[in-house]
Amino acid sequence: MARDVDRQVVVLHVNGERAELLLPVHKTLLEVLREDMQLTGTKHGCELGECGTCTVLVDGKPVLSCLVLPIQVEGRPITTVEGLARGSELHPLQQAFAELGAAQCGYCTPGILLASKSLLESNAMPTRDEIREALAGNLCRCTGYTKILDAIELAANRTNRASSPPAGKSPAQPGDGGVESA
Amino acid sequence: MNPSKNGFSVIGKPLPKPDAVSKVTGRAIYADDMLPARTLHCRILRSPHPHARIISIDTSAARRMPGVVAVITGADLPIKFGILPVTQDERALEHEKVRYVGDPIAAVAAVEEEIAAAACDAISVEYDVLEAVMSIDEALAETKDERIQDYGGPNNIHKLVALEFGEVDAGFARAEHIREDVFFFQGNTHLPMEQHSAIATFVDGRVTLWSSTQVVHYVHRALAKVLELPMNRIRVIGAAHGGGFGGKTDPFAHEIIVCKLAMLTGRPVKCTLTREEVFYAHRGRHPVLMWVRTGVTKDGRITAMHFRSALDGGAYGSYGVASTFYTGALQTVTYDIPAYRFEGCRVFTNKPPCGPKRGHGTPQPRFAVELHLEKIAHDIGIDPVELKQRNFVKPMTRTVNWLRVTSCGLDECTERVMNASRFRHREKRHGHGMGFAISSYLSGAGTAIYWNDMPHSEVQIKVDRGGVTAFCGAMDIGQGSDSVLAAIVAEELGIQAADVRLVTADTDTTPIDLGSYSSRVTFMAGNAAIQAARKMRGMLVEAVAAKMGCAADAVAVGAGRIGDVSFEDASILAEARFGTLTSAGSYTPPKIAGPYKGSGVGPSPAYSYSACVVDLDADPRTGLVHLNKVWIAHDVGRAINPLLVEGQVEGSVYMGLGEALMEEQAFRKGLHKWPSMLEYKSPTFLDMPEVETFIVETVDPEGPYGAKEAGQGPLLPVIPAVSSAVFDALGVWLDEIPVTPEKVVEALRRKDKGEPPRFGPSRFPTIPYPACIKVEPPPKELDLAAPASI
Repeated sequence: MARDVDRQVVVLHVNGERAELLLPVHKTLLEVLREDMQLTGTKHGCELGECGTCTVLVDGKPVLSCLVLPIQVEGRPITTVEGLARGSELHPLQQAFAELGAAQCGYCTPGILLASKSLLESNAMPTRDEIREALAGNLCRCTGYTKILDAIELAANRTNRASSPPAGKSPAQPGDGGVESA
Repeated sequence: MNPSKNGFSVIGKPLPKPDAVSKVTGRAIYADDMLPARTLHCRILRSPHPHARIISIDTSAARRMPGVVAVITGADLPIKFGILPVTQDERALEHEKVRYVGDPIAAVAAVEEEIAAAACDAISVEYDVLEAVMSIDEALAETKDERIQDYGGPNNIHKLVALEFGEVDAGFARAEHIREDVFFFQGNTHLPMEQHSAIATFVDGRVTLWSSTQVVHYVHRALAKVLELPMNRIRVIGAAHGGGFGGKTDPFAHEIIVCKLAMLTGRPVKCTLTREEVFYAHRGRHPVLMWVRTGVTKDGRITAMHFRSALDGGAYGSYGVASTFYTGALQTVTYDIPAYRFEGCRVFTNKPPCGPKRGHGTPQPRFAVELHLEKIAHDIGIDPVELKQRNFVKPMTRTVNWLRVTSCGLDECTERVMNASRFRHREKRHGHGMGFAISSYLSGAGTAIYWNDMPHSEVQIKVDRGGVTAFCGAMDIGQGSDSVLAAIVAEELGIQAADVRLVTADTDTTPIDLGSYSSRVTFMAGNAAIQAARKMRGMLVEAVAAKMGCAADAVAVGAGRIGDVSFEDASILAEARFGTLTSAGSYTPPKIAGPYKGSGVGPSPAYSYSACVVDLDADPRTGLVHLNKVWIAHDVGRAINPLLVEGQVEGSVYMGLGEALMEEQAFRKGLHKWPSMLEYKSPTFLDMPEVETFIVETVDPEGPYGAKEAGQGPLLPVIPAVSSAVFDALGVWLDEIPVTPEKVVEALRRKDKGEPPRFGPSRFPTIPYPACIKVEPPPKELDLAAPASI
């Protein structure tokens, strides 16, 4: 039983994949990602644009998917947490978050990862205060933010080491029994 | 893997969590991420009135709406439930009377969430609005219309407690200085990032519920009672958990409702609370008004303490009886108080029910006692840190209220933060201050919520052809209980933590664990895991010894080997010798409660200890507080995983700072003043200072490898340390939290006018406490080898 609501065909490009969807026009990008595309890695904490939990990237910039309608981002590249890893190889931010315990309950983690990715792409070696500024709109109730800051710094350091000779040591896989390589 | 310097292979290593990758890749499945085919969406109609009789409920229009599949009211779920056996006062849906704005009345299952919401709007309810009771004073006063609950009393009093340990009057008589103070601790809420969510199915006559809960077992019991089904027809599974902090420790109406709707419709039914509903579901920190009177000798030794608390409980019992006792229980676990009187009172008000939040019932008195002792120190001219240190409890003692203190790292914690922060050499400048406080917390409650003689935690281990699986009912809410289980099993079996598969928090497949509350899991599930793993190791060793033709004690375990063979080969030898390889372990806390009514709240097999220094700047013009740094030392007994212990400590500091400076659950005419994440202020990345954490290991005699709790205790000292630092900065006492700028400015204004330089409550109400139950103190010295009942 579907209600009689206006629907529109919308083409979204999420994580490099094109999807053509018939959507009620009032449905938010958050709802579409989670309910119509089964990309439930994007979480919600308030659905009012207050907590940052639903952050995704559009054109590489963080947006709150609970405040965006799909039609506003049609045709533009959207990245969700599912699009961060390359195959089974974690993004350096994911790797660092996993190793340093930056995800406790993990619920705010996808949004913070994406906001951090955007930051590091515009500022490869941010100061701690610059990280704080960039992530001021993302709330976390578990970590006290400390391990998140540590993880972003670790990821930035590794990425910069890797991109400038001599190449940095390849990071350990979480679960391989240690984080000594960190 | 080589054994580390502590003699362990896995214990003490900063390993990543078993589910770290699923959490950073978005693959962890939280309850609201589930959407099985044909799922119906549930919304709940809630009371707009803080206090009203329900005259009628008309659901006919809602039932007629296209897309609506089922509508239920209280008549469908009339049986009452509640977390404590003594306060079974809640209904999943109320059809007689509502007691707070947000009390659930009716529920709709529909094919879309928006249809369910519209159908809730179409339900018409006729109310007879009653006078609302909104404060402790109003609750103590004569009832105008009718009492909120039909038990307790007089008036809207829920619970009265009065206990006296030792000779209190004599203690005050020999005191050389006596001081009284009044404090107020405002209520606040958990604010988990994940809204509560639950989804239920009904297949083959069995209900299955996936929920964002901390306590699958207690939800299981409540469902059996309200749905009138045997427990074997109900399965409760803890979904990936998006944060609890005590806020998901009660059985909730929406959990029962989705099960009932699934039973009625035969389809999966899901309910996810809106953020606004989460604020009203609450069960958070009680607002507590406190009065404390303490006598000391001239060198600052405590001779007696008398503590009174009045808790604003909200509309239902929840954990409130326990919360009330907790406001009086742990004062004695940090300071040696030779004579102690506690009078506690919880009242009902027409607000969302309060319950347990991180530190359950103890942050409020900790705030009061720490500041109160500072004031006493100033009165008699002793350095406050010195006065506190002179009164520290000692390891291996019993408190006057019969609490058993085993390991205690108070001295070391204090020295660590004192030295690191250079507290004694701090910069003395108007507007800059440092504050110090200590605390203690339980490593699990010594008694279960419903009294019984069964274990509090159980672990099973299965080994087959090299694979190791550990089963335990413990719920990982992000704190890392799965990591603790994996580390312990791996340590005992000589394998890596990543080689242990975990099955947890599922009432069908895992043996019981009472849940993630009261900081109990590491201690209790940890000890159960050790027992189970050692039995398994015994079988593996015996099989290998037989093969090698040597004695069992000649078989070394470690680095993935049992004696001369690999772990996998050992498991094959053992399976051939014994058949199916399973083992089980369990943990029951020692029976250490004192011989008096109410002694069940407070005992724990071990107490953690913390000490904290806060450095801040407070602007005398604006009252704004800027946090510079926090140093915290935590006696965790033994850090099974220091990375996760640090995470718990840092998170506790953060949450304490939020409570100290900004978080506030406040109401106007029954409505929450700011039920949104924007208006309910919580610390952001920009508000959080650097935190330097010191892990102190006292190796508790009964903890798993000596471990104690880490998740709650470190919150406690942060709040008084903030207020103490504000005094150090500006010379005014903030005897009420949160320490908001307007309170600081008002305190400074009073100071300038020559009034007492403080902001806080001026009086403690008259409460009809009963006569104290007098309890003889136990012998102070503790002998663990002696019988538990002394």
